[in-house]
Amino acid sequence: MENESGALSRVAGLFSARGYNIESLTVAPTEDPTLSRMTLVTRGSDEVIEQITKQLNKLVDSVKIQDITDGSHIERELMLVKVRAHTNDLREEMMRLGDIFRGRIIDVSDKTYTMELTGTGSKLDAFLEALDAGLILETVRTGACGIGRGERILKV
Amino acid sequence: MADTELTGAEIVVRCLQDEGVKHIFGYPGGAVLNIYDEIYKQDAFQHILVRHEQAAVHAADAYARSTGQVGVAIVTSGPGATNAVTGIATAYMDSIPLVVLTGQVPTAAIGLDAFQEVDTVGITRPCVKHNFLVKDVQQLAETIKKAFYIASTGRPGPVVVDIPKDVTQHLCAYHYPRRISLRSYNPTYKGHTGQIRKAVQMLLEAKRPVIYMGGGVILGNASRQLTQLGQTLAYPTASTLMGLGGYPASDPLFLGMLGMHGTYEANMAMQHCDVLLAVGARFDDRVIGNPKHFASEHHRIIHIDVDPSSISKRVKVDVPIVGDVAHVLDEMLKLLAAGKASPDEQALQAWWAQIELWRSQDCLKYEAGDKPIKPQYVVEKLYEVTQGQAFVTADVGQHQMWAAQYYKFDQPRRWINSGGLGTMGFGLPAAMGVQFAHPQAMVVCITGEGSIQMNIQELSTCKEHNLPIKVILLNNGYLGMVRQWQEFFYEERYAESYVGSLPDFVKLTEAYGHVGMLVERTADVEPALRDAFGKYKDRLVFINFLVDPRENVYPMIPAGKGLSEMILV
Repeated sequence: MENESGALSRVAGLFSARGYNIESLTVAPTEDPTLSRMTLVTRGSDEVIEQITKQLNKLVDSVKIQDITDGSHIERELMLVKVRAHTNDLREEMMRLGDIFRGRIIDVSDKTYTMELTGTGSKLDAFLEALDAGLILETVRTGACGIGRGERILKV
Repeated sequence: MADTELTGAEIVVRCLQDEGVKHIFGYPGGAVLNIYDEIYKQDAFQHILVRHEQAAVHAADAYARSTGQVGVAIVTSGPGATNAVTGIATAYMDSIPLVVLTGQVPTAAIGLDAFQEVDTVGITRPCVKHNFLVKDVQQLAETIKKAFYIASTGRPGPVVVDIPKDVTQHLCAYHYPRRISLRSYNPTYKGHTGQIRKAVQMLLEAKRPVIYMGGGVILGNASRQLTQLGQTLAYPTASTLMGLGGYPASDPLFLGMLGMHGTYEANMAMQHCDVLLAVGARFDDRVIGNPKHFASEHHRIIHIDVDPSSISKRVKVDVPIVGDVAHVLDEMLKLLAAGKASPDEQALQAWWAQIELWRSQDCLKYEAGDKPIKPQYVVEKLYEVTQGQAFVTADVGQHQMWAAQYYKFDQPRRWINSGGLGTMGFGLPAAMGVQFAHPQAMVVCITGEGSIQMNIQELSTCKEHNLPIKVILLNNGYLGMVRQWQEFFYEERYAESYVGSLPDFVKLTEAYGHVGMLVERTADVEPALRDAFGKYKDRLVFINFLVDPRENVYPMIPAGKGLSEMILV
């Protein structure tokens, strides 16, 4: 997208106006500061996805659109989770679980651990499921960002 | 002199001049006072002061529809901008090239709930092709150039440029770019050669072909090509409401209008064709009704459109061709001329025999007594008296459908109506826009007593500029289309569709300084029209025709039904 104010709301507005769902959306400037890259996760039949792609292409601020699920791709999401860790048992349990999911503890207090995990959305879901729900104090997720595998490149 | 700095307001005016703009429609207010001061000092273009901002946008819109040029309107911030929104949305739905300049509160006041502040860019975002907020005078000229470029290219549409008041005061060197290119905006003009070849082959294989044309043919200036294609192949052509005039209605190969109030022959042919060539149309709900019902018959569909998102949106298409319709049709005509293959004469003969059978239903017939006047009769007489040469604007409702059914348009850009949004109040300001663009032409506004009252204040603008518009009021005392639906689908419970206490339209017209007439008998219809275009040729004439309040628009496909499920009478 052009890195213009309003570009994000054009995309968000398009989705709500046409009744499409946004599951997640991440956006940030690229190495070229005039451009920002947005990864948007949505769901729909092939016809709906085709229509969404066409409508996004029509936005004057959109430079290039690619359905990265058309080919093989890598997808990552970052999650921060704050959990109860007020007993030694819990602290050990959390560290073990964190290791299994290759998470890192990035903040510690007397009663809590804050962990950082990256992965696909389903891996993060799996981590949350592995935790006793009563132990989770807070979660925050970035939504997915994605990139094509190998030499598949989306660049202007 | 290149280094002379101009104020933002001067730059706005210079841009419009350099763009070749001759007329702009607007209404002043605090945020645009600097711009108006510069408009005052020049005479390269004329500013027309309307009586309500909505009318400014409709007038600019109709100016664009009748000329193909970009229409320009200017309004102030806050209520000026919100009043313009209906006009902008109207133009957006019908893909009309417009540039709307809106004033905005000074940049430092934006977001502080300042007097007459609204988030114009936010409010208009879903109903513009694109919009801009210009925060820096350095960007002003380039942004206005972009606005004209975006509005007029690809699938056209309205572009809003929101200009804060301080930007109109700031100084900067003026440079208007002659050409502009945007990396993120590159409409496709040339159709895919392979697809075009496939389309021609499919057309020639057809046993029961139909050409289905829409507003894109008018917008893309492709009437000549489309007419030539239809006539070369001797295939039947049917048009949407927005395409009328794109193919000569007096040609026997023309089946008339399609859709909810289209002709029996057009809808039946569309439903039963085997190959459909859709040109600049979008298979919308008022045209094909229920898409499932439409798909229940097997069709092979070729679809030409400049906007890829219009293709395979409601109906799956076999041969999509993205490109400028005139260009693609030119290529098809070349292939047809060069190739040896010709249409299947025998099949075509049988197809035409079937179509003639449908046509013999004479679905537009009606019986005219002396009193009350039949509205269809008024439109037919209008067609005769103007010899089909008028520009006709319409409001929205039954009268709009009768105008579309009974005034036979042979030329493009003569039929001016709000098809997509269906905006009541469009007709009179639209007629003003057309009359400014074509000062010598006959301009008629066909309206209803509901619609006309939604922008009747513009009779004052018409007086100021002595516009000789003819207002044809088909007055049935009801919001007729609403009444018709209530009769058909709500067991005749006429909830709020009767308009009590109508004004005396003749006196009202006279109060505005025009000629008013009341016509109650069929025998008086033609003489009144002859007077309007004869004796009162140079005056605005407003004729209040009291027409049959029980008359319905037929044929009709009820909403959600299929093309072959029409109510005939």
